[in-house]
Amino acid sequence: MASAQRPLSPHLQIYKPQLTSVLSIAHRMTGVILSGGAVALVFWLLALASGPNAFELAQAIAGSWFGYLCLFVWSFCLFYHLANGIRHMVWDMGYGFEIPQVYVSGWIVVGASVALTILAWIVGLYGLGR
Amino acid sequence: MGMRTAIGRVRGLGSAKTGAEHWWMQRVTSVALIPLTLWFTASLVSLAGADFETAYLWVASPAGAVPMILLLVAGLWHGKLGLQVVIEDYIHAEGLKVALLMLLTLATVALGAAGVFAVSKISFGE
Repeated sequence: MASAQRPLSPHLQIYKPQLTSVLSIAHRMTGVILSGGAVALVFWLLALASGPNAFELAQAIAGSWFGYLCLFVWSFCLFYHLANGIRHMVWDMGYGFEIPQVYVSGWIVVGASVALTILAWIVGLYGLGR
Repeated sequence: MGMRTAIGRVRGLGSAKTGAEHWWMQRVTSVALIPLTLWFTASLVSLAGADFETAYLWVASPAGAVPMILLLVAGLWHGKLGLQVVIEDYIHAEGLKVALLMLLTLATVALGAAGVFAVSKISFGE
């Protein structure tokens, strides 16, 4: 491309990160990561359909430190993408565009996704007497 | 229509083309995914540490199989629409872009078929 060497706008390298821009790109990044989670879900279902041996292997991978890390990241990404997706729907309906409102809704999304992730893991790990 | 040149119409560039359809289906699938992802996470949390039998019976039951298929279809469709825009935004080499978009569509359909097959096999038995 002839334009490959031309400077991009906005100049991200000198741009101060703001809640608005960080949450915007985070929505895209969490979406990409969740697509990886969808692939893992399909493989988990295939393992379950294949029988106990394949399922044991899938559970062993999911139960390893790497599996837990992936599940933790995926759970946060899901809650974040869900909460920020609802924020986008409110915008689609034409509400919440004033700058103070954008910041309030942004912090609500951050708080909700952190809280839901912690809640899900506490209930998952300790809530059912396991 | 009236403002566009003949060559512009021939090239087919410059209009929204199927942009509205893309935008709308992204919204439709996201609305579907609100209850489906909440159901999914609640199910996984309650299934944490479950053995084969428990997980199998959960997916086999109508209350597990039907939402799981809906989650697969809505989730993969939604993800396809999102990743398509990511590719269109960041991949500027035309050949690679077209190849990745095609791969994305094929992979989405393949994953959907595999997932629905797995749930069906579990639900209907061997």
